[in-house]
Amino acid sequence: MITKRIIPCLDVKDGRVVKGVNFLGLSDVSSPVELAKFYSDNGADELVFYDITASAEGRKLFTDILCEVAKTIFIPLTVGGGINTVSDFDRVLKCGADKVSVNSGAIKNPNLISEAAKLYGDQCVVISADVKRVDGVFRVFSKGGRENTDMEAISWIKHCVDLGAGEVVLNSIDTDGVKGGFDLEMLKAVSDAVNVPVIASGGAGCIEDFTTLFKTLPKVDAGLAASIFHFGEVKIPDLKKALKKENIPIRI
Amino acid sequence: MIAIIDYGVGNLFSLKSSFDKIGQKTIVTGDAEEIKKADKIILPGVGAFEDAAKKLRESGLFDLVIEETKSGKPLMGICLGMQLLFDKSFEYGEHEGLGLIPGEIRSIGEVIPKDYKIPHIGWNALNIKKDCPLFKYIKDGDFVYFVHSFYGANCSDSTVATAEYGASLTAAVSKGNIYGCQFHPEKSGEVGLNILRAFCESED
Repeated sequence: MITKRIIPCLDVKDGRVVKGVNFLGLSDVSSPVELAKFYSDNGADELVFYDITASAEGRKLFTDILCEVAKTIFIPLTVGGGINTVSDFDRVLKCGADKVSVNSGAIKNPNLISEAAKLYGDQCVVISADVKRVDGVFRVFSKGGRENTDMEAISWIKHCVDLGAGEVVLNSIDTDGVKGGFDLEMLKAVSDAVNVPVIASGGAGCIEDFTTLFKTLPKVDAGLAASIFHFGEVKIPDLKKALKKENIPIRI
Repeated sequence: MIAIIDYGVGNLFSLKSSFDKIGQKTIVTGDAEEIKKADKIILPGVGAFEDAAKKLRESGLFDLVIEETKSGKPLMGICLGMQLLFDKSFEYGEHEGLGLIPGEIRSIGEVIPKDYKIPHIGWNALNIKKDCPLFKYIKDGDFVYFVHSFYGANCSDSTVATAEYGASLTAAVSKGNIYGCQFHPEKSGEVGLNILRAFCESED
């Protein structure tokens, strides 16, 4: 039985993890390498790194850091942020990334998905979508959720999967940061529409939110979160124990 | 020294790093002499069978790999590298493999229920079927990381572990000095490193 995946997400800027991390026992809480090791040791099934750097120097630092992470931990790594071309795929895959997530880059040029899937396989290409309700319709937003593209989200995601995306990260802007639970309605709409793994993102505030997610929507494959893990509000070993108790397949 | 065969298929960074982590010297190479000198061989692979088999042939390593294993040198194929060990594959046509493991590669779509997603991707438990040197440091039910759409079929004599995904899928094979893992030990945390460690200790 394939297990549900628990995925911490780390935002990296100029080679450092940003968005305050608050851990006891780590000598350097903004070191991506130390944090990655911490999460890997604590049962994370996969890690996502988002490069939120704007500068070329920052980008170079990010790839250096990624190589360091990939030398230290041996679980799947997904990398996103600033992926606009096939050579961006190449840059991060060479440093040990297993999957590459595209968002704005695919909105600008959807062929990026098919080109990358052809070169590296569908399993390597993740479509990450920031989605928000506008007048009752799910709309895709670009540029980190700031700009409404007016595209209807479900058909956009289906299109991306048809082009070769092997996995979907659905980030609900409506529930993101609210900590009131994942956006079950939006997730259901997406997981009913595609036959590739769907990763839920945005809204997790406590252990029960994950239990509810996997019990209500068995088709969802993974739950992703950032700050609740970083601040220790949800500890991954506790979360996994709770999920197992509810008979949700999980790797312990 | 362990030779990780570089024939232009897939990314070998994590594989090399995982051997570094367990203190094993490796050389990533496509050079026949280096491969001959090595004590053990790793055959990696990501992508499509036909393309990989073609590249292995073009690099002149197809026959070399077969020859090297005849002397008893341990060889481990990983993911597509495992599939290449088989007689043939039915991935988009019919293609000849190395013929080191009897059996064939078929789509998991032929055996799993319709509502299961393809590829089989994620962490799944190993069901150990037979004793195998690779499992020296791990136990039945340990989790490893899979990403694949095709699997080893008609290979029950060589199958040492399976994974349950609506059907019992071949997870690891072994025949004498030949080993194969459908999953990625280099992405399977401590369990994966322990499998690589056991392979490093396997005897000629």
